[in-house]
Amino acid sequence: MQRGKRPPRVGDNPAIRRTLIAFVLVLGALLVLAPLVVIFTQAFSLGPAGFARTIGHPDTRHAIMLTVVTALIAVPVNTVFGIAAAWAITKFDFWGRRFLLVVIEIPFSVSPIVAGVAYLFVYGLQGVFGPMLDSAGIKILFALPGIVLASMFVTAPFVVRELVPLMQAQGRDLEEAATSLGASGWRTFFSVTLPNIRWALLYGVVLCNARVMGEFGAVSVVSGNIRGQTNTLPLHVELLYHDYQTVGAFAAAAILTVLAIVTIAAKVLLERQGAGRASRPALAAPTAAPGNAK
Amino acid sequence: MKIRLDEVVKTFDTFRAVHGVSLDIESGELVALLGPSGSGKTTILRMVAGLEYADGGRILFGEQDATDIPVRDRGVGFVFQHYALFPHMTVAENIGFGMKVSKVRRTKAEVAGRVADLLRLVKLEGLGDRFPTQISGGQRQRVALARALAVDPKVLLLDEPFGALDANVRRDLRRWLREIHDELGITTLFVTHDQEEALDLADRVVILNEGKIVQQGTPEEVCRAPATAFVMKFLGDTNRLRATVKDGIASLDGLTLDAAGCPDGPADIYLRPGDLEWTSEGDGVAATVSRVIDRPDGRRLSVRTGSGETAELDVPPETVVAAGDRGVLRVVRMRVFAA
Amino acid sequence: MTRRRVLPGLPLSLGITLFYVGLIVVLPLGALVFHAASLGPEDYWRVVSSARAVASYRVTVLSALAATAFNLVFGLALAWVLVRYQFPGKRLVDAIVDLPFALPTAVAGIALTALFAPNGWFGSVLAETGVKVAYTPLGIMIAMSFTSLPFIVRTVQPVLEDLDPTLEEAAQTLGGSDRSIFLRVILPLLMPALLAGLSLSFARSLGEFGAVIFIAGNQPMSTEITALLTFIRLEEYDYQAAAAIASVLLITAFVMLAFTNLLQARALRHTARS
Repeated sequence: MQRGKRPPRVGDNPAIRRTLIAFVLVLGALLVLAPLVVIFTQAFSLGPAGFARTIGHPDTRHAIMLTVVTALIAVPVNTVFGIAAAWAITKFDFWGRRFLLVVIEIPFSVSPIVAGVAYLFVYGLQGVFGPMLDSAGIKILFALPGIVLASMFVTAPFVVRELVPLMQAQGRDLEEAATSLGASGWRTFFSVTLPNIRWALLYGVVLCNARVMGEFGAVSVVSGNIRGQTNTLPLHVELLYHDYQTVGAFAAAAILTVLAIVTIAAKVLLERQGAGRASRPALAAPTAAPGNAK
Repeated sequence: MKIRLDEVVKTFDTFRAVHGVSLDIESGELVALLGPSGSGKTTILRMVAGLEYADGGRILFGEQDATDIPVRDRGVGFVFQHYALFPHMTVAENIGFGMKVSKVRRTKAEVAGRVADLLRLVKLEGLGDRFPTQISGGQRQRVALARALAVDPKVLLLDEPFGALDANVRRDLRRWLREIHDELGITTLFVTHDQEEALDLADRVVILNEGKIVQQGTPEEVCRAPATAFVMKFLGDTNRLRATVKDGIASLDGLTLDAAGCPDGPADIYLRPGDLEWTSEGDGVAATVSRVIDRPDGRRLSVRTGSGETAELDVPPETVVAAGDRGVLRVVRMRVFAA
Repeated sequence: MTRRRVLPGLPLSLGITLFYVGLIVVLPLGALVFHAASLGPEDYWRVVSSARAVASYRVTVLSALAATAFNLVFGLALAWVLVRYQFPGKRLVDAIVDLPFALPTAVAGIALTALFAPNGWFGSVLAETGVKVAYTPLGIMIAMSFTSLPFIVRTVQPVLEDLDPTLEEAAQTLGGSDRSIFLRVILPLLMPALLAGLSLSFARSLGEFGAVIFIAGNQPMSTEITALLTFIRLEEYDYQAAAAIASVLLITAFVMLAFTNLLQARALRHTARS
């Protein structure tokens, strides 16, 4: 009896359905879930005490601190930049708007190693500002400023990418309405624009933060890997791993993994508020859906 | 507040949207800017508001040159086409927004009192705590109007105010807007592409095409004496029959019609479906009925003239007529424009 | 004559944007290009075409191609399953797809190495069948697949969700089989998104560093990726060579970026609405 059932769509054949679901679940478990499990298994292979010993080590603590400090600087700066860029790009028409957006997105396509090398040639001794900074006694590379700058490069597009499509879709009517009612620019931004982009903004900030805290390639070039001084947590993972302190490396990795899981949870929650959808690339083939037209 | 536009020009990139438009709007008048899309009507409205800056010409509010006054300080009430209600604020917060951001300090009680008055004015008492998504389209429209009125604007500007509404709601809101206007006496300018709406609501209609004013006047003036073939066609259904004019007389299939003022040469005769009568014989244009269309308020005949042109005319519903009948079109009224 | 803008804040917001982009993005990349260019054409060519560099391009490109091909199948299947089917745990699967983006690459690197090393959970099983993953190009491919998986899923998924069901229904009324409807109607409609996802995935794989270096073995001429070679030249204080090889990666990234933007522009031209 077909009565009351939805007619089958493409791929509703039970055999195909089961095969595909099984394929995806098995591969997903092997390739994505297994690494997650192995991290915690290894981290706790010497029991909770072994785990605690690594975490309690001054070098690990210092790496955690350095990672947090880096994020505390890089993320807010990137957020301000992201808001400013999105405001300029979506609320005004000026020549080169699209090009500017492409330039902002460059860090997404560039290998983090390239980013690190590029920073050497600006602030290193053989770089543009290096000799000048060196004679002034300012240390950028192999110190916190270099780590922060490299992190900012890698994550520059994160907030912009979330805000631009959303603010483009929202148009300028609300801001124009507020302005026509006599509101100042800041007032318009804080009481009209910001409340309507807050979830997308937070979404961008969360992703930006995860990347800053987890960045490895770019930071490993500019940090100098000085144990207990310029080692961020991901660099510390590498250091311990190469020292054959496998448990320690995985214990440090476990902290970063928890951060990743928290990030994903926050992402899911924010997506429920409608964030993240606008940033999905508009690559749909022509599909006029009359039911969706508003 | 009297408004004057003096040779106002606006160009977007390479496209000139408004070509030197001059217009006077008297204090307390309700004026419609009517035109097809791309005629520049919305651009003119936005320039009056200060949401666009004119590239040339001046805009005066009373005696004051308002051309360069930013929108914040211009003191206009603007109702956006899709209302632009702040989605994260309640209806009352939306209406109160302009008072809150104003340089004039008001107490919370004053704002609340004024919001309550406005809610009463737009007949939305009790809906102040709702969010814009929780009310109907017609209600949103009224909130947008109340929000614009809350700042005591010198002039009220509405962009396609009824464009997004159902036909029934639209008619009611139209009457109601007219009442509010008469009650408050505020100078009002609105944009529409719907002739019926413009004629129904406005004291004066300004008809635009391709960035220029083609005619302005009372509804009666533009209906009875359309200045150009464009106005004639834009205001309603028309028939066009080709004719030739010589010495102020137009001839059409042997029929001669008065065409005083029209230059010699080919011309177009424009007739509304009500400007023709169907008779079996007499003076007029010979024609054959090709189709009979019945409507609730009458009968429309689709006919073909002897020279092969088609025309439509309205006849009383009880007229006995069928497809294939031959007869004569009697011209009651018409306008001639040089082709 | 320039008139004031209606909304405020252009000078401030654009000023911040240009300053930041200039300082953080353009200046370093410009310095890199300048440094690579200062090498002179002959020396530059000698560095970037050295046998070791060419071997690194070979392993990087081939592994990235293999990883992208793998993700084409796996990512498309994942997107399809997540959009079309209901099953227990679906939301968890949907969330976990983002793990490769959220997990720091170094962590992914050591985790995959632990799994695929000869004494690891998978490595020991595979060793019995004679397959070696860790410290071989296959390992590089797996690390690249892991980090670039979400690109394809996340570009295809929304398009598949928004696909107009009446198109599929129309094809059904015309008598199409599931297979032919998928191949002739659905797949072509997904194509722009799929191509964009593939190019993003490939670009990411080419530049991947953290996840790869742990599992790769890093033997010159066989399992040394280009990003690592750049790093090694730096550690040898051969800054000119590092700049030259990095510039090859940079140019490749720009080509991929241009390609993706072209795809996007083409796709948008199709969907352009009034």
